Amino acid sequence: MPPNSAATAAQAPAAESRFARFAAEYARSRLALAALVALVLIVLLALLAPWIAPQNPYDLATLDLLDARLPPGSHAANGMTYWLGTDGQGRDMLSAILYGLRVSLYVGLASGAIALTVGSLIGVLAAFTGGRFEQFVMRVVDVQLGFPAILVALILLAVLGKGVDKIIIALVTVQWAYYARTARSAALVERNKEYIEAARGLGLSRARIVLRHLLPNALPPLIVVGTVQVAHAIALEATLSFLGLGLPTTEPSLGLLIANGYEYLMSGKYWISVYPGVALLATILSINLVGDQLRDVLNPRLAR
Amino acid sequence: MSTPAAPLLEVRDLATEFATREGTVRAVDGVSFTLERGQILGLVGESGSGKSVTGFSILGLIDPPGRVVAGSVRFDGQELVGRTERELRSLRGRRIAMIFQDPMMTLNPVLSVETQMIETVLAHERVTRAAARARAVAALAQVGIASPEERLRQYPHQFSGGMRQRVAIAIALLHRPELIIADEPTTALDVTVQGQILAQMQALVRETGSALMWITHDLAVVAGLAQRVAVMYAGRIVEQGPVGAVLDAPWHPYTRGLLDSVPANNVRGVPLRQIAGMTPAPGQLPAGCAFRPRCPRADARCIEEPPLVAGPARSALCHHPLEAA
Repeated sequence: MPPNSAATAAQAPAAESRFARFAAEYARSRLALAALVALVLIVLLALLAPWIAPQNPYDLATLDLLDARLPPGSHAANGMTYWLGTDGQGRDMLSAILYGLRVSLYVGLASGAIALTVGSLIGVLAAFTGGRFEQFVMRVVDVQLGFPAILVALILLAVLGKGVDKIIIALVTVQWAYYARTARSAALVERNKEYIEAARGLGLSRARIVLRHLLPNALPPLIVVGTVQVAHAIALEATLSFLGLGLPTTEPSLGLLIANGYEYLMSGKYWISVYPGVALLATILSINLVGDQLRDVLNPRLAR
Repeated sequence: MSTPAAPLLEVRDLATEFATREGTVRAVDGVSFTLERGQILGLVGESGSGKSVTGFSILGLIDPPGRVVAGSVRFDGQELVGRTERELRSLRGRRIAMIFQDPMMTLNPVLSVETQMIETVLAHERVTRAAARARAVAALAQVGIASPEERLRQYPHQFSGGMRQRVAIAIALLHRPELIIADEPTTALDVTVQGQILAQMQALVRETGSALMWITHDLAVVAGLAQRVAVMYAGRIVEQGPVGAVLDAPWHPYTRGLLDSVPANNVRGVPLRQIAGMTPAPGQLPAGCAFRPRCPRADARCIEEPPLVAGPARSALCHHPLEAA
């Protein structure tokens, strides 16, 4: 923290100066900054896919089977260029990847957000209630984390069937326990701090103490776990789709695209699998790098 | 409503126990004292003597495995022991405020001072945010914080230790409480800052008419600040009375020992006097007078419960009081 930050903080509105300080601290790592730029770019590409993609890969009418498995740079009959080639159904790979990113990010973020909310509420509640409820919850967490995530997700999807909502349910089920465990341990640490005692001494309500005082202080470790888990969720969804259990084939996610190209890999038609793979790798890598830097910046024990 | 004769705070035979692996430990054992409106009481004792637990017990802030097992706490004529959390909550911060030891820890690091002060006002009163904010600014100014408008927007880490304790005191003063319980609020501060805060507290209490219970291990602080003093040892008040009388001519050998341990009361160059032995671990207290193994005046009689020696306005718990009538 620069020595004059107290003075600048007094002049500028608090929120703005806080953000500026946060941004400056984040930008100290070039790699993290590059990762953030890459992540923003990926998210933008995914969001804007319907407008920037050369083709709507979900509209089967626009696909031409004669254009199947064309290498990158080929031209379609209608004059369009397939920059990244086409897949087995004649889909433009670039368009398929952009739409696939949408699906992967949506599934990862939605399941991450739900799991974060559910898991941290359960964890904080367990820490505050204590006793049998806490014991019960934490043993369930132990059991949950004892099983491989992929196995639990496979079983769930086998029972539930295919669909975006089903896969989000499966991902939340395998991931809430990480958040619950982190939230509980963070809450246990914070609960014994004097400011919580002081807040009780001021006569604040229990709900207010937990939500307004405890939760924000327990948030940094949750955010770090959150970024890692979103990346995990995206990878897990890709794995499940690759195994043919995740999303319907009409709306391919990155994992499904990789799976579709798998059979052509040996015959030299690398682009069907490799480009979605690169997109998946770039996404997961940038999320993880951003998460690492967030952890460093948000850790109040460092820097400040 | 209260009768004018009733003291503001009347604690009778208060006992607080903690369940531990080794069995039940009685941290506070039959503590009784009264505090009048506008009065300052110094509660003195070593670490582990139960002075902080006494303060927490009054406010009902003892968490399991601890609990108040006996006795009564009457505040303005109302019994506080056995009240529901909800009822106690409406008193806390409004009519009884608490100031804690470590100003680094008592303010929430992620909330601005403004947020913390406004929520304290709104927790007990239905006023607009603007009105609550005005109260916060006034309270900060009252405790001697320069440019309170600007300081209000800042976060705890932007304040020095002394300033943070001032903020904590300002928060305690927001509702003009009738009683302030201060748990070693100056222990973590520099001596000069400690002096400033003490002087300020004294002035504030005089100004607002609040009663103050000052928990400390520092006799010098009590001598300068309080009107009455209560000395705790191993969960009991072994001596209490007017500050001047008790500190000039203590009755209990423990109080004598504490006074002798103050370096300023010793002769230069001569090894400092100290109380022999160690504070007994709670749960392993000797029978009878707990101070017995360390007491120079102890004899066979001390194995029995010590009697309460009472004089005008003061008392001691001892078989062999010094200078007692």
